[in-house]
Amino acid sequence: MLNRKKSPDILDAVQFDLQLKPANHFSLDNGVPVYAIDAGAEEVVMLEFVFYAGNWYEQKNIVAGTTNFMLKNGTTTKRAFDINEHFELYGAYLNRSCYNETATLTLHTLGKHLPKLLPVIAELLAESIFPEEELATYKQNQKQRLEVNLKKCDFVANRLIDEYLFGFDHPYGRYTSIEDYNSLQREDLVEYYKKYYKEGKCLLFIAGKLPADIAQQVNAAFGTLPLNRKEIVSPVHPVQAAAQKKYNIINDAEGVQGAIRMARPFPNRHDPDFPKVQVLNNIFGGFFGSRLMSNIREDKGYTYGIYSYLQNHIHNSAWMISTEAGRDVCAATIEEVYKEMQILREQRVSEEELHLVKNYMVGSILGELDGPFQIIARWKNYILNGLTDAFFYNSLNTIKGITAEELQSLAVKYLNPDDFYELVVV
Amino acid sequence: MIQYNRFVLDNGLRVLVHEDTSTPMAVVNIMYNVGARDENPEKTGFAHLFEHLMFGGSINIKDYDEPLQRAGGENNAYTTNDLTNYYCQLPAQNIETAFWLESDRMLSLAFSKKSLDVQRKVVCEEFKEHYINKPYGDVWHKMRELAYKVHPYKWMTIGRELSHVENAQLEEVKEFFFKYYRPVNAIMVVAGNVKTEHIKQLAEKWFGDIPMGDKYERNLPQEPVQAAARKLEVHANVPLDALVKTWHMDARLDDGYYTADLLTEVLGGGGSSRLYQSLVKEKKLFSNIDCYHFGTVEKGLFAIDGKLVKGVKLEDADNAINEEIQKLQQQTVSELELEKVKNKTESVIVFEDMSIMSRANSLAFYELLGDASLMNTELARYQAVTAEELKQYSNDVLTTANSNTLYYFSN
Repeated sequence: MLNRKKSPDILDAVQFDLQLKPANHFSLDNGVPVYAIDAGAEEVVMLEFVFYAGNWYEQKNIVAGTTNFMLKNGTTTKRAFDINEHFELYGAYLNRSCYNETATLTLHTLGKHLPKLLPVIAELLAESIFPEEELATYKQNQKQRLEVNLKKCDFVANRLIDEYLFGFDHPYGRYTSIEDYNSLQREDLVEYYKKYYKEGKCLLFIAGKLPADIAQQVNAAFGTLPLNRKEIVSPVHPVQAAAQKKYNIINDAEGVQGAIRMARPFPNRHDPDFPKVQVLNNIFGGFFGSRLMSNIREDKGYTYGIYSYLQNHIHNSAWMISTEAGRDVCAATIEEVYKEMQILREQRVSEEELHLVKNYMVGSILGELDGPFQIIARWKNYILNGLTDAFFYNSLNTIKGITAEELQSLAVKYLNPDDFYELVVV
Repeated sequence: MIQYNRFVLDNGLRVLVHEDTSTPMAVVNIMYNVGARDENPEKTGFAHLFEHLMFGGSINIKDYDEPLQRAGGENNAYTTNDLTNYYCQLPAQNIETAFWLESDRMLSLAFSKKSLDVQRKVVCEEFKEHYINKPYGDVWHKMRELAYKVHPYKWMTIGRELSHVENAQLEEVKEFFFKYYRPVNAIMVVAGNVKTEHIKQLAEKWFGDIPMGDKYERNLPQEPVQAAARKLEVHANVPLDALVKTWHMDARLDDGYYTADLLTEVLGGGGSSRLYQSLVKEKKLFSNIDCYHFGTVEKGLFAIDGKLVKGVKLEDADNAINEEIQKLQQQTVSELELEKVKNKTESVIVFEDMSIMSRANSLAFYELLGDASLMNTELARYQAVTAEELKQYSNDVLTTANSNTLYYFSN
């Protein structure tokens, strides 16, 4: 007779010997470093240019983001429509994203179409012209989009909490206003493009089932561009955190939920506490089985979801708790968050819970290493943060070896209510 | 070509196994043939609320998530108008943990009062977060009610109103479970680093003794053919006027579905699509516009929705959309344009198939539609669509009489 009360034996995930597949590294003729992962069964390729062109480098708000967005909006020989049609004709996706330190241009395509697509990407990187009319349409539509977003409590909360943590003059704390769009000029983009894209500094990441001649293909397309000739000077942006810690904002008088954000400054990945706190964070609010989720969603039903995480910044991070809760239970939610901090400071995590979290984290990493795009994403993260795969193995060993005692002392060090900003936007 | 093996247990549970030794992981995906369309109109949102309760403990196991996480796994679930799907991924060595958990909650839930009390609140917060506390959050509630007069697609998966979720009773939960959540109404797909023989043994061991249940025979009221255009005007506290239009389109397995899908790409698929180029870039009537459909099993909605540039009148924006539709009705799309939307479809399929989770989900869905092997003929069905068929379909389906138009005014 089957005993359904008894769980089948498991192999502890912490026993797994996980390996990060090494990235193949080479350089183009112009010195652009390339990192490649050749893996997977499907005939797909991802190719990502990472430029040091994030808002860290801009002199004027939203120039970096707009330049990045408009890379696809016209070159000396092609209109925006032609560019879009070309990539879409081959079923390819060309996306761009602007972050704080970096900005990216990313191609996803079936490998067989690469020869048709790479030369056009090279043209975008060498001959974009930022047509006035395209910019005008973009500004108008972005202003409208911003107006809609400003009605959402979560959007408003995300902007404000970053401002409190870093200051409005810091690239991590700055956000966009209608006025920024109004004052944006085509010349701003042309200048930024020349300095940070056309003659900028970049790295190239490639992953998928790569054609045998991939190195020749990318070198032929991009190896003669005037990239990576100059060192980019990285400006210094001092953090100017707000003095006031608690905020209540009414954004919509009729709102039925409040967006709650609680956050404290935290060092970057080079701090020895970083990988350890990743484990503590998991216990606290990092996954569905966390303390915050178990208490505030699964016991009290105050929210659809609550999570905590370390922000993915290169220079300085922050430890953030984020949720949307019923308007009448926002105060109770915040109180419960502080209670959970207190419990972590005052009581050691049980061996049973620690065992679960360790297995869960290692199992997750195993799952995340499944597939070429996931592997290259991990490499990209390490390289951009000035780390090596030693960080991967150190993190794994931290997860496997960390003790309840260490976790408690980390909680005492970092989970103090006085260090946290606290914001509710209704 | 996705390979799989299929067998059926004596209790009617269909099991599909997709072996892929290139991954260290395994996925267990269980799809139940019940969705929001099967709900009582006075108790909408129940299928989705029920999905939450499936994590509230089963007859022999007090917590679903914890043992799975301990085995290095993670899981999630979703409910649509058509079906409810549960999936978990874990290291392949620990696959039996998934069988233990999934079979126990198919055998019987614990039917905990506490779980129902809490999840009612959680789902109400989900409702608020996505549909009440967001500008334009009620657009699809209104549009569905406009487009469907009879068919249960007229309400959203989250439910028609908060009170339906708030009033759910434990007795109803039990009834629902024993009516729909039986092996005979379920499909299990196991994918990843597994062997079919081993999966057979595990399936027999864990699921073999669960009572079969009664096969659910769906008998839903069919939507009459729409004979005249419908319009609705709404005023709300939003910054921009918005326009949403829908037309009734073909069911998932009809040839017309593939034609409709490609038409949404012609109109709204990306930066070179017709609506974006004409109405956003050239005429500057919309600040954004999309064209899509919902992929529903039964006859669904072909949709266009966009937000207007300030100062533009809704009537003018509406007329401009109708002009683009007339072009499709009068002129065949070029070979290049047809090639473009087919290439995109091919890409979408290949990219989707990269993850075993997505492959498992697709196999279960096609099995639910009637035959898992349909998964391997999808691309050919898209390839077979001609430019002439796109034109014909535009004339047959994108008609005024078949249209539903929502003017969503900014106060």
